[in-house]
Amino acid sequence: MSISTSPAEWGKGVRSMLRDSMDAHFWKNQLSGPTDPAQDAAWPDPPPRKGFFTDTSICIGCKACEVACKEWNQLPMDNIGMTGNSYDNTGHLGANTWRHVAFVEQSAEHIAQARVAGARLVELGMPRVRDAAVGSPDAGLPRADAGLPRATAMNSSRAVPSGLPLDGPGTRAALPSESSERDTPTNGLDPGRVALTRPGEEDASAMQWAAEQALAEGTVPDFRWLIASDVCKHCTHAGCLDVCPTGALFRTEFGTVVVQDEVCNGCGYCVAACPFGVIDKRKDPTTTGAARQVEIGIANKCTLCYDRISLDAKPACAQACPTTSIQFGDLDEMRERARERVEALHANGFTEARLYGANPNDGVGGTGSVFLLLDEPEVYGLPPDPIVTTHDLPDIFRKAGLAGLTMLAGAAVSFLGRGNS
Amino acid sequence: MANSDCIVIQGSNMAECHPVAYQWVTEAKLRGARVIHVDPRFTRTSAVADRHIPIRAGSDVILLGALINHVLTTETYFRDYVQAYTNATMLVSDDFQDTEDLGGVFSGYDPETGQYDLTSWAYKSRAAGEEKVGEPGPEEHGAEQAAVAEGQAYGSGGPPLDHALIERDPTMTDPRCVLQVLRRHYARYTPALVTEVCGIGREDFDYLARSIVENSGRERTTMFAYAVGWTQHSLGAQFIRTSAILQLLMGNVGRPGGGIMALRGHASIQGASDIPTLFNLLPGYLPMPVAGKHESLGQYLEAVFSKRQKGFWTKADTYMVSLLKAWWGDAAQPDNDFCYDYLPRLNGNHNTYQSVMDMIAGTVKGYFLLGQNPAVGSAHGRMQRFGMANLDWLVVRDINLIESATWWKDGPEIASGEMETDKIATEVFFLPAANHAEKDGTFTQTQRMLQWHFKAVEPPGDARSDLWFSYVLGQKIRERLAGSTDPVDRPLLDLTWDYPQDEHGEPDADAILREVNGTYLTGEKAGQALPGFVELKADGSTASGCWIYSGVYAGEVNRSKNKVPDAEQSWVAPDWGWAWPMNRRILYNRASADPQGRPWSERKAYVWWDEEQGTWVGHDVPDFPVTTDPAYRPADTATGPDALAGDDPFIMQADGKGWLFAPKGMIDGPMPTHYEPQESPVDNALYPQQRNPSRLVYPRKDNLTAPSAGDPGVDVYPYVATTYRLTEHHTAGAMSRWLPYLSELQPEFFCEVSPELAAERGLENGGWATLISPRSAIEARVLVTERMTPLVVGGRTVHQIGMPYHWGVGGTGAVVQGDSANDLLGVTLDPNVSIQESKVSSVDIQPGRRPHGADLLRLVQDYQSRSGITVMTGNDRLEDAEEREEAR
Repeated sequence: MSISTSPAEWGKGVRSMLRDSMDAHFWKNQLSGPTDPAQDAAWPDPPPRKGFFTDTSICIGCKACEVACKEWNQLPMDNIGMTGNSYDNTGHLGANTWRHVAFVEQSAEHIAQARVAGARLVELGMPRVRDAAVGSPDAGLPRADAGLPRATAMNSSRAVPSGLPLDGPGTRAALPSESSERDTPTNGLDPGRVALTRPGEEDASAMQWAAEQALAEGTVPDFRWLIASDVCKHCTHAGCLDVCPTGALFRTEFGTVVVQDEVCNGCGYCVAACPFGVIDKRKDPTTTGAARQVEIGIANKCTLCYDRISLDAKPACAQACPTTSIQFGDLDEMRERARERVEALHANGFTEARLYGANPNDGVGGTGSVFLLLDEPEVYGLPPDPIVTTHDLPDIFRKAGLAGLTMLAGAAVSFLGRGNS
Repeated sequence: MANSDCIVIQGSNMAECHPVAYQWVTEAKLRGARVIHVDPRFTRTSAVADRHIPIRAGSDVILLGALINHVLTTETYFRDYVQAYTNATMLVSDDFQDTEDLGGVFSGYDPETGQYDLTSWAYKSRAAGEEKVGEPGPEEHGAEQAAVAEGQAYGSGGPPLDHALIERDPTMTDPRCVLQVLRRHYARYTPALVTEVCGIGREDFDYLARSIVENSGRERTTMFAYAVGWTQHSLGAQFIRTSAILQLLMGNVGRPGGGIMALRGHASIQGASDIPTLFNLLPGYLPMPVAGKHESLGQYLEAVFSKRQKGFWTKADTYMVSLLKAWWGDAAQPDNDFCYDYLPRLNGNHNTYQSVMDMIAGTVKGYFLLGQNPAVGSAHGRMQRFGMANLDWLVVRDINLIESATWWKDGPEIASGEMETDKIATEVFFLPAANHAEKDGTFTQTQRMLQWHFKAVEPPGDARSDLWFSYVLGQKIRERLAGSTDPVDRPLLDLTWDYPQDEHGEPDADAILREVNGTYLTGEKAGQALPGFVELKADGSTASGCWIYSGVYAGEVNRSKNKVPDAEQSWVAPDWGWAWPMNRRILYNRASADPQGRPWSERKAYVWWDEEQGTWVGHDVPDFPVTTDPAYRPADTATGPDALAGDDPFIMQADGKGWLFAPKGMIDGPMPTHYEPQESPVDNALYPQQRNPSRLVYPRKDNLTAPSAGDPGVDVYPYVATTYRLTEHHTAGAMSRWLPYLSELQPEFFCEVSPELAAERGLENGGWATLISPRSAIEARVLVTERMTPLVVGGRTVHQIGMPYHWGVGGTGAVVQGDSANDLLGVTLDPNVSIQESKVSSVDIQPGRRPHGADLLRLVQDYQSRSGITVMTGNDRLEDAEEREEAR
């Protein structure tokens, strides 16, 4: 895989980078904070950034994503053996597995905890995906008409049924509008007993109350099975990319991060640098099951199907996913859909729903793979607060510089002391 | 499914077994539908459902019966629909007696044959001079019907009645009217009984009942989706019938988002019953003739339908004659009954299990396995392999060297020493097969939809398609027989056997589909493809390989190739594939409009009567004579389609109505009744009659049954086992265990147990366990999970063990192997369709790996002696008569 850039385009990129370098904001967000990574990588006129939205709340755990990825990329088999960990015999992402479906079985207690913890996040005003108007007071908050939280069916008349016609008989548009005709909440939760606070400012505490109430009344389900398909995050600030000494890892025009097999020397720096434990070196020399000869010893990870998206096709996993749990498109739109879906879930009492990787102010500048989770990230084996290794570089250099200056000053002072003897 | 307001998935694990189809359930949910999953295990379907309701395997009739009782008692059934469109108003003969009267059996039970004489279940006739409405031709005893698994013949049209002049009570208050008979039959199916027998709590039952009631009626529809969790029981057909009754009562049949979705288990298994691979059917659900009863075409047709009944089954003569013309072309003439005599005749129940037993007995000499792996995939694996070991020859056509091709050298019986390779006389042929991407053809799936699959690459090496195999085999046999004067060879020599072949000898699948569609043979349109089955004639002027598929090639266009994306057509999507019959996407859709022909509601409008045009119009092809006015009422002398009233939406039923009570067609009861499975640790709480008195039993030393509740020795096999599929594998493994990417997802055969059962038996997560049944013993890895819940049934704790059945021992080239769950199962069959009871059996489980060789056989025998079981255990038809008397 290689980039083809003509000298003229390269020159254009360098000139635009030199121009940008005059902008303090540019420098500020080179290593952390919100930015457009393709532009930072000097792509002239890159297309809109592409990414995933993985809605784990509708994942059926079929693993079509795992298989489609392996088939498309002709990857080797990994270990053969039952792990005893629910239906997850894959274990984790690695050089030969670029989609991994996690299975977490939880009892009522865990679910209630997740629900209450989620409600607290809402109350604290957990940072959310910002609209174009950064800092807008409405950004990320539930809509005023979100309705009273009810621990009932996971229904949403606002969720987007991706890929299917939205109009016409039998579709959402033909449904009666949300009104009092809808069946009363079930699960024994009497609407008369739910705090009838106005939605809006008190919405968060109403949700908290509803979550605690649900636990007390036993309307939290007895059991649930969390299922989530993990993938490379294609971080805005990618640790693997930052530390790669050979340039094998590069940022594509789509804002994704890709390894060039023929350049990678297998040093393994990227493996240590990834905060999510995604990229790994291929160790097994047998390459069982691979349809093509693969390189041993080099690092490998998800390419976000660079070859497919370059031809306007969807990545293999998104194409194969039967329920549209894995969605692909412009990252802006993915974040918007994710936000709407979280709101819809919150409005129906599922306060445990939260986004992961959607916040451009997090430790990796937000990711190109947004997830909707139904519990804390650690429950899924994801780091709760991932920080790219180069995040603190300016600070490190400042401190190192200060230490150096201090040393020089100290040396100078010591000379002063002897100067007159 | 996307149009449904409430989907109840029961007897199915849809998200795991139909993941691609499940996108429509996800879509329904995103549109606001409620999804409820009723299953012994918490599965990946449960994970995305609104609620999971754990149920004891085999107790579904109690739950569904209680729902029926609930809607009848609370009067929440859809009365207008029920009164107009079902047989609720029809009167049942005075001779009929219910299970409530007879301790668990209906009137007419014949202990000699173990089957019923159905005459007492008949409707009351209003025709002069007769009391009951009988069937056409000579009355058939249930035993004769069981012998040919006659239930399968009702795949496209209902059972025949002599006529449709039935006594009715429109007020539905007469104690002999179907609605009242139904009410009385289910009166004891209460929520308390559901808790006691199914292990389902009151709150869960109320949630389910409320969900169905609130999502039925004019504005909303509820759908049931089922698969083999309902069918694979000794009364499986009745499980489905119970849901059909409930759906008719709630007015959900023939309506968008309603109905009962039968989730079929392979890409084309619907096709395998339409163009059947079944012993007892001809294409289009015409029954196979029976020796001694159907000696002429006339006798046969007389038994299949009555000219006096309602609906389109009265045209079965046109379907049959056109089929015979398609097969025997010019040789089939009116004066030789269109070669009717060439058809083979049934002389017994030749279902697959009976056939295997006949192999052991030495009466079946040869076996073709085409994409089938019975050594792993059929119940009673040992019996399957012993059967094959006694054949003269065996032909296996598959994409891989499956266990059914290699058992003679590496099967479990070689390992145990019961068989020796050198002593097996079976000659085994393996012929490599092309897979679906290496050949043209169609799939017919759950929606009755034909979809063409295009050949993408040439098959490798010697691999060939099944079409090639059958066609070339036929050519070679005909070559050998050429010039023969023996009349027994004429059926093969007179066949129309002349498809175009390509340079590899592959017959043209398109031409075959066209022949299935049918053509005119005479007249000005001779040679043209038929537009549909309405054009079929009984005079030999038309030919059609399968009447229900007629129309797929209308206008000389192969409509199974249609692939217009959904965004470019209406929401009914008629231009994707082609559904039989006549591309109707919802059957009986006249029921989506009220008796006056107006949609029940705008929201659920589907087809309706257009007064101005004088026709039925709508979003789908109307499943009704298109110019019949809703107000039309036929004269008593009308017959066939002309006898269908404007409010008879069930056009393939002999009386035009949906049957709440089945006077014919279900040989083990006109209404479903709960019976315990063949093996059950629980007493039948309703009746002294423990099991289905009509089930097919095979008392044999190699087919022993575990003791059930009340028998001594019931604690030797104390746990309920159920078998099922995983998403990652496909059936007996030929298409998944040979693939690395699928094999690594689920590499090892395992069993799922609850933490409570694990504690009781000392099982460890990730460890090994041995499972023992009266048939065999196997080993499995252990997965301890809360997804398996102990249930409290009849005051005792019932533990269930789950096992996926994908693994086999042996086979060449498989990436992963393991013991077969099916080795544990015995053979007891549903009498209507001869399907085996795979979903519930009794086993013991012990920690640790199993013994090998002779020790394995000793372990199994040890358990058998401890339990005291004999060949007669569990095979009694009628329970003790004294107990039955007491119950009365």
